[in-house]
Amino acid sequence: MHVDIVSAETEIYSGTVIECYAPAEMGEVGIHPRHAPMITKLKPGEVRVVLQDGEEHSFFVNGGILEVQPHVITVLSDTAIRAADIDEAAALEAKSRAEAAIADRKSDLDYARAKAELVEAIAKIETIKKLRKRG
Amino acid sequence: MAGAKEIRSKIKSVQNTAKITKAMEMVAASKMRKAQDRMRASRPYAMKIRNVLAHLAQANPEYQHPYLKDRDEIKRVGYIVISTDRGLCGGLNTNMFKKVINEMADWDSQEVEVDVCAIGKKAAGFFGRFKCNLVAKADHLGDSPSMEDLIGTVKVMLDAYDEGKIDRLFLVHNIFVNTMTQTPDIHQLIPVRGEIDEELEHHWDYIYEPESKPIIDGLMLRFIESQVYQGLVENIASEMSARMIAMKSATDNAGELIKELQTIYNKARQAAITQEISEIVSGAAAV
Repeated sequence: MHVDIVSAETEIYSGTVIECYAPAEMGEVGIHPRHAPMITKLKPGEVRVVLQDGEEHSFFVNGGILEVQPHVITVLSDTAIRAADIDEAAALEAKSRAEAAIADRKSDLDYARAKAELVEAIAKIETIKKLRKRG
Repeated sequence: MAGAKEIRSKIKSVQNTAKITKAMEMVAASKMRKAQDRMRASRPYAMKIRNVLAHLAQANPEYQHPYLKDRDEIKRVGYIVISTDRGLCGGLNTNMFKKVINEMADWDSQEVEVDVCAIGKKAAGFFGRFKCNLVAKADHLGDSPSMEDLIGTVKVMLDAYDEGKIDRLFLVHNIFVNTMTQTPDIHQLIPVRGEIDEELEHHWDYIYEPESKPIIDGLMLRFIESQVYQGLVENIASEMSARMIAMKSATDNAGELIKELQTIYNKARQAAITQEISEIVSGAAAV
């Protein structure tokens, strides 16, 4: 089946895969060919695809929409990067910054934004950890 | 030497014009590269979201978004026209406006009224003079536009659609084919039109997680935003390349003009010299 991962800025990945995993809002979903049509929102996290020869590619998305057709999967992400390109130091810094912002919140708006940032930073760090574990 | 001085000053002025057009050509060329990169970068997203929406338009969701339903009776339609802010880019805007006016005439013959939302100074100016209903405009968006600048203008049209004031909304902009070719394009934004896919003919629907309404609403908003944004960046890329070509031909023309003027100047000079010599010779013979 064909997978397209696009972000508002650029096309990240396009190719044929046998499995695809994505962080849906209700929990991670794994998709194999001939899956029923589905649309779901994505939360920040890792999108992983497995190629025919067993090779794996991992991407980080910070939310978006996933569309599944029996032979086509489209990931419309807000921003997406290859997992290997995640800047861990920056993610950790973003996490601590967001935590600090949550600690001394001034308005609800700040709080909401800080929380979203925190979720994204944590998801990034998780993605890196997973990537490392798999070696 | 009658006229020689005038010819010389004319050559000078053409040379100065050529300098300006040359400079504009180079500026447009460098801006074009950036504009093209921006356009290429966001093209995949715009195309994919259009595919998804086309699929969705064929699905049979339990929640029918108003943008997916075709209205039976059409009383008024809306056009979002994306043009350039500046001129001197050949027939880019004119060709597009002509196409829009043709369509407007069609609607007029069917007694359908037309609302226009103009993005870019040229469209605002043109449709302001033209006898039509200009409901919103936005200009000076610059070379690297951001979605936020557009939202307000586009929202006017979306609200009009939601309230039932307009029954169809079209997006008009130039499509960048390559540096030499840009084609004006009009396509229907809402209701969303899906191409019929044979494989998906049977009755089916998506699985929605968690619920259909927020997902479809979010998707629609994204779709409209990305389509208008893509239209805008394509139009900017078209503008820059059209200007580059227009300025290049202007510079070439100036070069030819200078050559011609130079020949005329030389001839005039030669004639003056010949005349002078013959005067001297005949004067000497008389003595």
